[in-house]
Amino acid sequence: MATATAPTNKIMLTLPGDPVRQIQWRFTDRFDLQMLVQSSRTVARGTVARLVAAGERNTHEWTHGKQEMMEAFDRAGVTAAFMEPDEGGFISGPKNLALALSAFELAWVDGGAATASMASFLALSPLHERGTKEQVSHYKKLAAPPQPGEDRKPWRGAFALTEPIPYVGVDTGMLNGKISIEEWKDGQEPWLHVDKRGRFITNIAFANFVAAAVGSNDPRIKGTCVVILEDGDEGTFDRGTPTKKLVHQLSSTGDPVFSLKVPANRIVGGYTVKDGVLVPNFNHGEVIEAVFRRTRVPVGLMTSAKLLSAIEPIIRYQRQRFRGAEGSKAGSVRYEQGIQQREDALHRLVDIWATGEAGASMGFAAARLFDTLEPLEKQKAATMSERGIQGGRMEMKALKESEQKAVELLGRTQGHTHRIEFEAALEADPLVDFVIKDAEANVICPATKLWNTGHGSNLLREALSLMGGYGITEDCPGFLGNKWMDSALEAIYEGPEAVQRRQLTITMTSEVFLAQFRAWTAEMRHIASHRPGTGACTLGSAMNLWLWTLRYLQNTNDPDGNKLYHGQRQGVTFAMADALCWLLASRYQILDVLELETKGPLDPVVAEGLAGTLQFLSDLCHTQAAQAAGEASRICGELVFGYNRHPSWKDEDHKFCFLASELDEYELTMPGITAMAVDVLDEDGRHPEKAGPCADCAGSSEFLRLQNKLTMCLSGARLAKDRAAETVSKVMIPEALDYPV
Amino acid sequence: MQTALHIVVCAGIVPDPLQTLEPITTPAGPGLKNEMVLPAVLDPWAASALYEAAVLAAKAPGSKVWLVSLGPKAKLQQVMMTVAQKVAFELAPIDGPIGGFPDAHATAAVLAETIAKLPGLDRERLLLFGGWESATRGAGVTLQLVGERLGITDQFQGVDQVNLRDDGSFEVLERVEGGKHQVSVCAGAPAVLGWATGNLAEPRNNPQVGMANMRTIMPALQKAPAVKLEANGLSYISVALPKQQRTTRVVKDMSPDEIAAELAAWIGAE
Repeated sequence: MATATAPTNKIMLTLPGDPVRQIQWRFTDRFDLQMLVQSSRTVARGTVARLVAAGERNTHEWTHGKQEMMEAFDRAGVTAAFMEPDEGGFISGPKNLALALSAFELAWVDGGAATASMASFLALSPLHERGTKEQVSHYKKLAAPPQPGEDRKPWRGAFALTEPIPYVGVDTGMLNGKISIEEWKDGQEPWLHVDKRGRFITNIAFANFVAAAVGSNDPRIKGTCVVILEDGDEGTFDRGTPTKKLVHQLSSTGDPVFSLKVPANRIVGGYTVKDGVLVPNFNHGEVIEAVFRRTRVPVGLMTSAKLLSAIEPIIRYQRQRFRGAEGSKAGSVRYEQGIQQREDALHRLVDIWATGEAGASMGFAAARLFDTLEPLEKQKAATMSERGIQGGRMEMKALKESEQKAVELLGRTQGHTHRIEFEAALEADPLVDFVIKDAEANVICPATKLWNTGHGSNLLREALSLMGGYGITEDCPGFLGNKWMDSALEAIYEGPEAVQRRQLTITMTSEVFLAQFRAWTAEMRHIASHRPGTGACTLGSAMNLWLWTLRYLQNTNDPDGNKLYHGQRQGVTFAMADALCWLLASRYQILDVLELETKGPLDPVVAEGLAGTLQFLSDLCHTQAAQAAGEASRICGELVFGYNRHPSWKDEDHKFCFLASELDEYELTMPGITAMAVDVLDEDGRHPEKAGPCADCAGSSEFLRLQNKLTMCLSGARLAKDRAAETVSKVMIPEALDYPV
Repeated sequence: MQTALHIVVCAGIVPDPLQTLEPITTPAGPGLKNEMVLPAVLDPWAASALYEAAVLAAKAPGSKVWLVSLGPKAKLQQVMMTVAQKVAFELAPIDGPIGGFPDAHATAAVLAETIAKLPGLDRERLLLFGGWESATRGAGVTLQLVGERLGITDQFQGVDQVNLRDDGSFEVLERVEGGKHQVSVCAGAPAVLGWATGNLAEPRNNPQVGMANMRTIMPALQKAPAVKLEANGLSYISVALPKQQRTTRVVKDMSPDEIAAELAAWIGAE
């Protein structure tokens, strides 16, 4: 059951500040990241905001002002965030959280600015993930901003995967861009000819190099690869026309055409020669998979940043809505509270806030997970190499064993009491640790991209509506109109929603992930038992229902005998993926609040007013958990019952219905049975006014039991929402927005 | 050849001016509502002093800049995440109460004591910098008192510019009435300079500078001595924010001359 705690009247004093976020998102001890946040924020709320306010988004062309923004990134260390210290950067080790935080700060003001910064990293990512040592060092050093005393301009890159119609990147397995041997002298490096036309390529107006995906049209080159093209290469490097985007205008996008001669050492990851054939060490699919796995997370966070950025301007607008109007005197309720007198305005803002919190929690959890996974991946590769395991199939076979161990371990160590044993087991076997984290990453990355951008976009529209007509003007404080429109692109680029759902269809059914999911369900119950009021119990019930439904769908056929859970049956699989995303976002949100509860008292700044902050954030969790549970319940119910044909009043289907006369007889021996009978036919065969006898399906009683429990678990959720709404009406906000409008 | 300088900048932290600042009475005296949880920044006048110090230090090779700051340790740490990225300095933090209501004499005593103990500080080469004003409740005398306690009698206030000379002397431009500057020449350090806004733009954030500063800032923050400031009998009868006046009229077809005349009359009446 849900919360049993008596509501208390603790009010959050101010909007959550940096110290609170540092604890929630786990970078309290990372000064490099805290500085990056401040740097990115300065550029976002300074240079970027001024550009937006000055109408720089009103052109598709790459302008001097937009170029200045890139230079501001360089000066503030945003560009260098991708590099290691010896490459001109200042952050050592994995940088997923760093890039996520930077993108979050930039998107707080403008999504296009965030995209422009991320696009450079995207171009370097193929090299970072799969490049040779020489390639990584060469291009990262070129792309690093100049050091003191250096007089050079940093190189900027673009990533060219998507191609013109008919491909347009919809199926990344199909490539129109071609690579062939132009010249290959004995004992020398081959020269290649690359023909590639790109579409919607970011950063193309100023890119010095392009990472282009191409396929071979020469028998002397095997398969596909990613190859680096430079603007000084021999041939055509045509940047094409700017794309007439309606959104993200602070980033450059265009349709380039390349026809260039390049040395073979530009193939990302290098190549080997076998029997006179040049074989790239990584095909383009392997490169893309490694790249997008990480870069999609910051995109999801961008939409969440925009939701959270909308809170302050909306509160200010709501409170000041009637000021200046005749009859609204200073000191009156109408003057002081404005629209916040109305529950609906507050509740809708609570929904927006809760969604922003949940998305941010899930996105930052994903970024941190990739930071943890990166060294584990290297460790795994080293272990495989030591064991002489080479190639995809052998590796998969070897990992199978670790997967089994992982499932056993997760089953054995559910709940917090076994946490120490669990951690020790992971430390003892890095491969098991890898498969567990890898399984989570394979789900949480597409979940972040899908849910944060898709559902986030819906809520941004809601945010806009809370500003009235103002929301859809250029003058809207916080640029909410731009942010809403931009979010539509964020849901599309770097893999649209269908791609993320498709990936989830596969990854969420991995036994390792499901074993974790079961453990997380137990974890939610445990949390609920000692920390009621977060919605953890509601969420646990919803997770149970989702898991039951998945198993049911995996083992059930439709009336035509076709499998319900099948890759081609997106009506089932995609819906389950959607439901899962809601649950995951809610889980990570709860975990972040618990982290704040644990670590907050240790920080004197956070400790001041912590009770109110915790109460409010917990209430947001509860609100969000209830919404997530409701979504999961709706989706699961529709899938479990929706694929049964509804019985009709034909003979075959109603043969189990009672006749009225039968009931009269039974009533003599079983008093009260009439009240239990749902579908009763009278003597003339007339039936109740409805489609047919009520449907049933195998196992439905268990499903209904779980769903019924879930419904009861919603107890308290609306009380939590009321409390959160009260805080929204009272929390202190700054006098003015800290960036221009 | 410029003489190497030892520049100590005294700078407090203040709530971000964009925040809602609402005076309240606390058990410890006057304060601001939710002050501890409001985001803080380096006092803008003192920040100007810090940036000027860095530029002067760069002109005189071998110079060094210290930043002495009194405030709650946790808040100082947050502010340093931005300030440390601006210019190179060594932090001497003092863990004390937030706000400008403490007695200026008590504050000055703590600051002077801390400066006197700075390792490696050559007081013969000391330029003591700070803000001429403060963004919150500045007593307007703290910097002078610190100078007095350190025995520095050459003091300048409202400084907008310092020009170093090869012989160790320097020219100082102090603000006077009517938008003019008084030009003085000081024979050399030690001296106290309370900065107005100076002429420099705020340096851009540079995380690499920040990372270098952090190597000394974090250990310093961990070791920051805690102090309690005595009230010395100081009490406040009332505190209030400066009143804002906004008188808007919508007038059409007014000539520029008429507008200028009206503005001049309005300013003159203030």
